[in-house]
Amino acid sequence: MIKGYAGKLLEVNLSTGQIKTTAISDEVLKDYIGGRSLAAKILWDRLGSKWETVNPLEQENILLFLTGPLTGYYPGGRTCVSGKSPQSNGVIGSTVGGEFGVELRCAGYDGIIVTGESKKPVYLFIKDSDVEIRDAAHVWGKDAKQTVKILTKESRDLLAKRFPKYGAWREPAILYIGPAGENKVRTAVVAAKWTHAAGYGGYGAVMGSKKLKAVVVKGTGPLPETADIKKTKRLIQTVCGNVYENELWRRWGTGGGGYNFGAKTSSEPVRNWQDEWHDERSFGVDQFENRVWIKQYWSDFGCPTCCLKVAMVKTGEFKGALTDNPDYELQAYLGPNLGVFTPEGNVFLSSLIDDLGLCGIQTGNVLGFAAELFQRGILTKRDLDGIEPKWGDAKAFATLAKKIAYREGIGDVLAEGTYRAALKIGEMKKTDVLQYAVQAKGVGIGAHGIRSGKDYPESISYVCSVQGGDHTSTAGLPLDGPGSELWEIFNDSGVYCNFNSFGVPRQVKFNMYKAVTGLELTPEEWVKTKARRVLQLQRAMLLLGGPDLKWNPKKDDANPPRFYEPLPSGPCKGKTADKSKVEEDKKKYYEEAGWNKSGIPKPETLKKLGLEDVDKALKKIRI
Amino acid sequence: MAKKKEEPIWIARELSKCSACRKCEIACSLAHEKCIWPEASRIRVFMLVPGLEFPHFCAQCEDYPCVEACSFKALSIDKKTGAVLVKNKKCTACGKCITACPGRIPHMHPTENYVVICDLCKGDPQCVKVCQEGKWNVLTKVPRRGSSFKLYARTPEELTRDLAAKLYGEQGEEYL
Repeated sequence: MIKGYAGKLLEVNLSTGQIKTTAISDEVLKDYIGGRSLAAKILWDRLGSKWETVNPLEQENILLFLTGPLTGYYPGGRTCVSGKSPQSNGVIGSTVGGEFGVELRCAGYDGIIVTGESKKPVYLFIKDSDVEIRDAAHVWGKDAKQTVKILTKESRDLLAKRFPKYGAWREPAILYIGPAGENKVRTAVVAAKWTHAAGYGGYGAVMGSKKLKAVVVKGTGPLPETADIKKTKRLIQTVCGNVYENELWRRWGTGGGGYNFGAKTSSEPVRNWQDEWHDERSFGVDQFENRVWIKQYWSDFGCPTCCLKVAMVKTGEFKGALTDNPDYELQAYLGPNLGVFTPEGNVFLSSLIDDLGLCGIQTGNVLGFAAELFQRGILTKRDLDGIEPKWGDAKAFATLAKKIAYREGIGDVLAEGTYRAALKIGEMKKTDVLQYAVQAKGVGIGAHGIRSGKDYPESISYVCSVQGGDHTSTAGLPLDGPGSELWEIFNDSGVYCNFNSFGVPRQVKFNMYKAVTGLELTPEEWVKTKARRVLQLQRAMLLLGGPDLKWNPKKDDANPPRFYEPLPSGPCKGKTADKSKVEEDKKKYYEEAGWNKSGIPKPETLKKLGLEDVDKALKKIRI
Repeated sequence: MAKKKEEPIWIARELSKCSACRKCEIACSLAHEKCIWPEASRIRVFMLVPGLEFPHFCAQCEDYPCVEACSFKALSIDKKTGAVLVKNKKCTACGKCITACPGRIPHMHPTENYVVICDLCKGDPQCVKVCQEGKWNVLTKVPRRGSSFKLYARTPEELTRDLAAKLYGEQGEEYL
């Protein structure tokens, strides 16, 4: 057995109630490590032959919670949630912070495979080798804070009763859904604590479709044994030392972004991306720091960065709102993107989004989209059930967000996410509204624009990514270069937080992999072979898609139309994405990735990587 | 120069600043178990309510009720540091020390038949080191002077309630 792994996955069939453990062979682990890579492999092996017919929100979909060998060792452990995505119809490795991955590994599992669907709401309770499917009727319908409160108390009571002499039991780690996930909203998250979320992919809706309210885990064992604990310890120290030198990063987290990415780099969504510049000092990090952050250094297991902050509004109309920072993405999407420029309004919306179990990025994206349609008179007050989402009216957006979470009235349309909502509204209004949808392959684009050229994404960042609009996994050229998506695949397979890898030499991560697993893996081998295999698998499943939507690379390997409108104001006024450059880069990317002119992986590319069955499956869509 | 007399120590704690990074648990389990083992750590971070995390560990009460309660002479007081020491072989895991502790702080080793209690790392607590290194300064090593250490032996529930009042105010009641 390879070191650093628990050596088995827990597999639960919610239709039959069967619980078993599933071993993963050393060969598979060597090639696919864990997390996102292993997710792609498992999903392909089990669903590949019928991928187009699998409805992500029906029982045949598989839901995965996967760790990696570095979870708990590389500072800032995360858990990768995956399955067939109800947003992209492909595979997204969506990671979430918190202690879940560590608890799961200490309980003796590298991950959980959930198949089938339950007839009634349930949650999974894991205490080491004891696993049970428990009734969740009493938490179904509950918001984030109530769900965490009830399940924490219930689990601790249960543990105290079963192990009366143990002493005080700590809380278990919990991954759960809010009302949005229960209602199969495509912008629903799988959440941890109150405010941490695996947002991209919409896996909250998958959990909801399986009537799985939560997974609760308490592991009392050590982390899986490493090959070399001394070396591992030294490398942890190296990573932490690097972070400690960057005090402002720790102090502000990404909370400085709400002002900076607008004022300094013109790359922040403002009013549904009609602009990317603002200079609203009311949205400065100092305002967050001085007015709403009540805990400035907040982190997850082993994390030196503390990018999280606890924020609470203590005065005024939004008094009582409680959430994390919000981080930059939620600052942007539930702030300037909706015309909201105060920490209080932003914390209020972020807190509500958490409570409902919605993704702040995807929901902020679709709210902005609806508000622009309202601004243009395409959607009227009547269409919007009497709501007038005027820019800056946080309360109106809150009302609309609730409608989305409960799929009421117009909320039922917007709950489909921006792309699908645009198709529906376009049909309803007999006009093309896709031009206002800022998304890529069903995934709303992260809050980093490309028009100014001053932020990190490139012309094809979202065009060619196998995770669509996901800003944490953008495509970059050259494919072996530092900006490549292939390195993100390593973080998401590790599974750990990429925020603790900024400024850390790449070799350190691979050294850590070796210290933990005992296996030699060079960055070259990763980028030339292993990561490429995952890239091809994800690309193949993305293009096979279905059943409700299929992507055509000619049309859909594209930036949203908005990115070709010149920026209307600020120091980068007039700047826009360049269509010919995008086409040129796209062509280059296809070549480097081994895809044909239509963007489909070539037979020889797949054969070289040992993916003959993928080649066979792609024959039907290869033109 | 005369050698400075060694005094017993104490770990002062500023709980509301805890980031919940659990580096203390990592350091403690590496020191005591030679691996990362959060549940075997002698210092454990509780998060009964998100945002209200705190490290829970021995306060070395001035009257040491746990030591008093042990019928098997498994617990003793380290004269040099003031820590409670567990003699693993003598411990029967009866749990009397846990009941005697006003803060329910000791807990059973997850796989072995004995209780675990902070031993102050022979005067050089590893948890304090990592906490200081990251500048959180939730934990600080101080000379053990004064007499009210027992006040700090509080249950996780009590500490959570205190922190809720401090950070979330009246609204904190909703989450307890």
